[in-house]
Amino acid sequence: MSQKVTVRKFDAVIVGAGGAGLRAAIQLSEAGLKTAVLTKVFPTRSHTVAAQGGVAASLGNSEEDHWHWHMYDTVKGSDWLGDQDAIEFMCRKANECVIELEHYGMPFDRLDNGRIYQRPFGGHMSNFGEKPVRRSCAAADRTGHAMLHAMYQRNVKANTQFFVEWMALDLIRDAEGEVLGVTAMEMETGDIYAFHAKATIFATGGAGRIYYSSTNAFINTGDGVGMAARAGIPLEDMEFWQFHPTGVAGAGVLITEGVRGEGGILRNSAGERFMERYAPNAKDLASRDVVSRAMVTEINEGRGCGPNKDFVLLDITHLPPETIMKRLPGIHEIAVQFAGVDALKEPIPVVPTCHYQMGGIPTNYHGQVVVPGKRSQNEIVPGFYAAGECACASVHGANRLGTNSLLDLLVFGKSAGETAVENLKKEPKPHKELPADAFDRTLARLDRLNTQKDGANVHETQLAMRRTMQKHAGVFRFNDLLKEGVQKILEVQQDVQRTEIKDKSKVFNTARIEALELDNLIEVAVATMVSAEARKESRGAHVRDDAPDTPEMPNGRDDTNWLKHTLWYKEGNRLDYKSVTLRPMTVETIALKKRAY
Amino acid sequence: MTKEPQRIRTEKLRWHSRRALLENDLVLQRFWQTQPEVLEERLAERLERLLAMEDHDLWELLSGRQRSADPEVQQLVELLRQPAVQ
Repeated sequence: MSQKVTVRKFDAVIVGAGGAGLRAAIQLSEAGLKTAVLTKVFPTRSHTVAAQGGVAASLGNSEEDHWHWHMYDTVKGSDWLGDQDAIEFMCRKANECVIELEHYGMPFDRLDNGRIYQRPFGGHMSNFGEKPVRRSCAAADRTGHAMLHAMYQRNVKANTQFFVEWMALDLIRDAEGEVLGVTAMEMETGDIYAFHAKATIFATGGAGRIYYSSTNAFINTGDGVGMAARAGIPLEDMEFWQFHPTGVAGAGVLITEGVRGEGGILRNSAGERFMERYAPNAKDLASRDVVSRAMVTEINEGRGCGPNKDFVLLDITHLPPETIMKRLPGIHEIAVQFAGVDALKEPIPVVPTCHYQMGGIPTNYHGQVVVPGKRSQNEIVPGFYAAGECACASVHGANRLGTNSLLDLLVFGKSAGETAVENLKKEPKPHKELPADAFDRTLARLDRLNTQKDGANVHETQLAMRRTMQKHAGVFRFNDLLKEGVQKILEVQQDVQRTEIKDKSKVFNTARIEALELDNLIEVAVATMVSAEARKESRGAHVRDDAPDTPEMPNGRDDTNWLKHTLWYKEGNRLDYKSVTLRPMTVETIALKKRAY
Repeated sequence: MTKEPQRIRTEKLRWHSRRALLENDLVLQRFWQTQPEVLEERLAERLERLLAMEDHDLWELLSGRQRSADPEVQQLVELLRQPAVQ
């Protein structure tokens, strides 16, 4: 039997209260628009909290810097898959957004002269790749946390209405394709609501939980991406995921590169220091991608450790205990807590671990969601906006630079908010009527879940998905494994469609929430696998072993055939492609060349 | 207190164990795997106090770098800190 749906009207509804959602909400609320923010967890418990490195902006407080240099670094980092208009926009807006944040009360670290302190960060260079530059603005190692607090306070002042512990379920679109809000569940009661809005902004973060080994918190289930896919919006460049070489196997918690810097050694099941074969000079200190690839090759060739031979070992037992306890104190505790080993005596099981989603819901640099249509490849979906990790503007292209993620959520959170305000004020009009079938998809999903008999276990199905993704579409990719992976993930998808929960209660039913989250994760997982299988080149974070490194195809990158964005559609599980925007807003195109550091 | 409110309180705490940092998620997940369906009242009350903390501060306690000034919360932290493999 169908549940009752209560309709609430707002000018704007924002889904997600991490950095992008909070930044967008400031824009809307301060413009006097009635704005609702739905969030599964309290805003300052969003995963933005985990961002430590800082936010990139060419303020030039410590040495000369320029947004054009930042733009060059970002295009190069993206392996030329980023849209150069969006990248120019982001790099030019960076200073303004960081200074605004300072005015909101963000406690940035400071220089003696009172200006914001800036530190160097990987990939950020001066003068078009010449030498490292200090560009990252941070608040100790709690930049994301401080940012969320500053923006949350600003929202409280601006009267943003927060709906905390509410889970958005589906996008509401009418027959013309216009987005009119979302359906959502209040966790405390299990009641279903519709948030009827003139502007709907998704800021739901990434879906790193599709992988078995992930640094992402449990809340990162790609809810916005899944909802968009179900509503017919294609997903862009989902094959591109950033991995870190050393996460604790089975847990995902990061082991910093500093461990190898202090003398940590990677070993296979035979105890061999295998990096000597892959990088005779740098050995264990080779770059992230080289180390990750070597680890996966060892595992794939049967030299992994443990009962399933699915991890390698990071050995620091040869280091003096005082060095470990003094220089790497956190590592000892992480190994004890998450690997169950005393790193002074035993090596730590590690695997390459998923960290960041480069692809997502396709948008332009105004934060508007765009899809291919009859007139262009980027037609605006009326009423729909997205920003942050769930969106693909696309500024990170095939690979993101550190500290550009916090910048992305500030710039595009603000931009989405600004565009929505402009559109709502330009043409003031009443709410468009909800279509008769507005709640059908949501109610059908809930009914199915409540009445499923002899179904699949949610945790087992989720685990099958995560293992399939890790094995078949991990950091280093193989044609046969990808092909097999497509079949396997489609089988898992069948199980997701018949998940069953034993507990049917309504109040804070975590089992129901997890089943609904899995509906979102599987869309991301299928999109990733299918998109990755189809892209027959290596570019940025998508690295295939069968893409040869030749002068025409540097590092296996095939610009003749693959300099294009992938678009995956849920309907028919089909792929389409669109061209990369190589023309920036005002400057010359940053011409293609081999990405080398 | 009847059983139903305590069950709901437990469910709420289960959800509040979803955190911003993976480290905290994992420690709390391990804790829940050892607990009955409905938490005993005194434990629930301590967990509420612990989960009200910010995530970085929580991890400072769970990783043993800091100790809570509240002896009851610290006792709960010790329970949570019992490693995955003894």
